[in-house]
Amino acid sequence: MIEAKKVYEAFQEHRGDAIVSVQGTSGKHWADVTTNVNRDISLGGSMGQSTASIFGLALGLPEQKVVHFDTEGALLMNLGVLASIAGKKPKNFFHFLLDNGCYATTGGQPVPNSEDIDYAMVAKGAGYAAAYNFDDLEELSTSLEEIMNQEGPVFIAIKVHAEVENLPIGMREKRVSRSRAQTINDLRSELGIS
Amino acid sequence: MVDQQVQILRPETLIEEFKKNGVTHIITIPDSETNYLYELMEQQDWLDVVPVSREGESMAVALGLNVAGKVPVVLIQNTGMMESGDSIRGQVLDAGFPLLMVVGYRGWTRKGHTPDSAATYTEPFLNAFRLDYYLVEHDDDGPRITEAFEATRKSNRPVVVLIGDEYHGFNR
Repeated sequence: MIEAKKVYEAFQEHRGDAIVSVQGTSGKHWADVTTNVNRDISLGGSMGQSTASIFGLALGLPEQKVVHFDTEGALLMNLGVLASIAGKKPKNFFHFLLDNGCYATTGGQPVPNSEDIDYAMVAKGAGYAAAYNFDDLEELSTSLEEIMNQEGPVFIAIKVHAEVENLPIGMREKRVSRSRAQTINDLRSELGIS
Repeated sequence: MVDQQVQILRPETLIEEFKKNGVTHIITIPDSETNYLYELMEQQDWLDVVPVSREGESMAVALGLNVAGKVPVVLIQNTGMMESGDSIRGQVLDAGFPLLMVVGYRGWTRKGHTPDSAATYTEPFLNAFRLDYYLVEHDDDGPRITEAFEATRKSNRPVVVLIGDEYHGFNR
């Protein structure tokens, strides 16, 4: 089991100029780690659909590495997207899954079959070019360079500690973040898309 | 008596309208009414067909493609559109970008009464989401598709083309 922030810190060393999307309660740590916010993108949720949005972005930008940090609760809402992604074989798509085993944002209730499901096996079975499981930070850190130099779609499932939030949403710590529209505008400016 | 030939909506008509409007990607789940259209789309070297597993994915994939500067179109059936309500809300309406959604109008009949609840609830669904829509039944309606493209570009909102293909021209 790994701290989510440590995952992001390890990844940042191998990011290069990849476009990065993060999700879920653990995603808040990325803001403390990223060094290129103009290439950070947030396309919103809609019951687990952020994965499909970032997949669409990867299809539209085949010359860019596109990285999505998913969560297992979101992915389970739309598990068929794994087959959609695998079917189009986007070589530039790197799909990380931070698996804390629960719906942390709603109080920590377990996701279905949280103890026994093997997401990497599901992704590999759906047709991803490669899929990995990690629950040890050192093993993850030493593997990331090779993973980020593979052809996608690659799936990387990582067991992380849950950071459960129990306060009502209105009472939670507010973090300043850019709106979806702002991240889109900044990325388009960065890439010269009108 | 009306000549049945003029009632047919040829798949080529949609392809022509897509090309005319600069479409780059079709995100779709095939349905029984559009099989020939699917085959025709796959033959176009200027068009990338993106099959998805559930209709709600299609709007999200379209958002990502739009951010990348592409021109996506969603092609699904009315049943799948209704299942996709939260994606239409969160990934299209809230994101505020132009998106043409071509929707097979399963159960639609020019005679008014239909036993298929998929048709019964289609237009009430569109009205609930305040989505403008155009009914396209045959080749003479082709220009309505360009009108719909113009409407979505002007409003930065999704616009729907309902395919009321009563005579199954898409299936040949």
